[in-house]
Amino acid sequence: MSGAKSGSAALRSGLGNVRDVLPRWAWILIFLGLAIAFPYVVPDLLSGGAGDDLLDASVNTLGYVIMALGLNIVVGFAGLLDLGYVAFYAFGAFVVGWLGSGQFEDVHLDFLTSVQSSLPGFHVNFVVIVIVAAAFTGIWGVILGAPTLRLRGDYLAIVTLAFGEIVPRVFENWEFVSNGRQGITPIDRVYFPGVGELNYPIELSGIYYVGLAMVLITLFVNIRLRDSRLGRAWIAVREDEVAAAAMGVNLVRTKLWAYAVGAAFGGFAGAFLGAYRNTVNVDQFEFGFSVFILCMIIVGGMGNVAGVILGAIALSMLDRFILPQLNDIPDKIGLNFDLTAVNFGIFGFFLLVMMVLRPEGFIPSTRRRLELHSGEVDDAAADRSAEAAPGEPLYEARH
Amino acid sequence: MSPNGNGTLLEASHITKTFGGLVAVNDVSFTVPRGAIVSIIGPNGAGKTTFFNTLTGLYKPTTGQVSFDGRNITGKPPHEITHAGIARTFQNIKLFKTMTALENVQVGMQPRLKAGVVASIVHWPTQRREERMTIEKGRELLEFVGLKRPYDLSSNLPYGDQRRLEIARALASDPQLLLLDEPTAGMNPQESEQLRGLMETLRTERGISVLLIEHDMRVVMNVSDHITVLDYGEKIAEGKPEEVRTDKRVIEAYLGSQA
Repeated sequence: MSGAKSGSAALRSGLGNVRDVLPRWAWILIFLGLAIAFPYVVPDLLSGGAGDDLLDASVNTLGYVIMALGLNIVVGFAGLLDLGYVAFYAFGAFVVGWLGSGQFEDVHLDFLTSVQSSLPGFHVNFVVIVIVAAAFTGIWGVILGAPTLRLRGDYLAIVTLAFGEIVPRVFENWEFVSNGRQGITPIDRVYFPGVGELNYPIELSGIYYVGLAMVLITLFVNIRLRDSRLGRAWIAVREDEVAAAAMGVNLVRTKLWAYAVGAAFGGFAGAFLGAYRNTVNVDQFEFGFSVFILCMIIVGGMGNVAGVILGAIALSMLDRFILPQLNDIPDKIGLNFDLTAVNFGIFGFFLLVMMVLRPEGFIPSTRRRLELHSGEVDDAAADRSAEAAPGEPLYEARH
Repeated sequence: MSPNGNGTLLEASHITKTFGGLVAVNDVSFTVPRGAIVSIIGPNGAGKTTFFNTLTGLYKPTTGQVSFDGRNITGKPPHEITHAGIARTFQNIKLFKTMTALENVQVGMQPRLKAGVVASIVHWPTQRREERMTIEKGRELLEFVGLKRPYDLSSNLPYGDQRRLEIARALASDPQLLLLDEPTAGMNPQESEQLRGLMETLRTERGISVLLIEHDMRVVMNVSDHITVLDYGEKIAEGKPEEVRTDKRVIEAYLGSQA
């Protein structure tokens, strides 16, 4: 165990050194440049259909990144363990189903779309849809969050889990809004006036950039909120509810904002994935999905925005690209199953390895690291204060 | 120094708090005059902290009424009471451990900040000004209580500094009344003496009244205008330090009856 610990400590300082080579804005530009160049460069390097598969996986990944960032607000910042996040994915996806398809036959309404107004149903521009989806889902975040305000830990997890099950079942049985088990399909293609209709699933770079833009918006809001008055209140509530309340933090409002903002991003991403997959179907909204998003946060580094993004990319790519590419390996060595069929087993194993070797995730937040390795961080801080103030007497060691 | 006569700041009348069959606080009435330093003492388990918690909204009194600055605050939630102008520290230190000293103090300013969610996202000029203000004021408060390193994580501070940080965090809400729950616990005599000076400064320079729970009798006797003694949840004596010091029931409560 100590070997693993010192190993991860070395890795950590290594990461720190790499990070200090360039200023923050330079790193931002580099990653942004890579993300923009990605659909033109990387898929061409792969042979056969793998390039298209990679791009398809990447578009899905962008949606998952948004959801992981949203759930990170609830779980990572505010410390509210939510196991029903899939409900918000469902709300967002159904909003795009309602406002961008022929689901409601008696209505003929279109707004800034390529669809002819004579066709039945609502056909609203995608930009409007994602805004409506985020707002609608955010409100549902408050509605589902409100009954849980007095709960903590395990109890909170169980209630949110129940909500995550209830919402898809309601959609499944309320055929008027969901078309039952068949789901809503087709969904209007994303359209921008002046650009035209995006040509996915044939040409994926357009929708990739839409997803990338949505990730950047999410990231921006996430970071701004984290460093604000509200963000400090979230962390205070996570650390000690009693002390936070005594310092004037309104617990009800602070928690509800976490649920609202977290859910809104779930809906934001849900609308995107619904439009991209061209279908909204209750089979997409299973409990396993909530866990999948939660795993991204845990693996990446709970509470740390960069870590969460990395965790989301890693798990999503594993699920959507790497496992399908290696699908026939068991067959080749004479075993009669597909690798994708055991994906949750592989995730579980991966998670287990992570929990043993690096429980704080790839890129943990300083706060989280402190909880899991308090001894190490204490030493580091003592070293630092010794360097910082050579003239002053050193504090006595604290045990 | 006697209270300067401009009225009562906090008035608790006939406070009773029971937990099931246990009467933790029994019919205690009590006032804090404006500008005064008032202490509550009593043996362990006398109900001092429970009484504190009913004043700050962590517990609802079973019966009785608390009014502050002329307003009834009985049973209000803690954050509203903090907003009204009462701030507190905790006997068992309750800092936000993974936040820096400065961040802890910034959280303490919560009830005085106005920036909303949208303003925080777009960095509205008023929000930016407010954030800068919190940092300046936070550093100033840390300096005031004698902490020199605002960016140290609060859990890495030595014990005495953590107590001081709790006071800075409480002061951040611009309180009229500061409730200190055993602030000198774990401090050496020199640090206790500094803290006593700090309380005097709070009163004279910032006009903040102090309500103190304390076991260190040297501090209590030196700093208090008025002392209330609790034992088994009941008020057994009150008065000026010299009166309480010689009160028979107080001596009995602390040392046991001689009969």
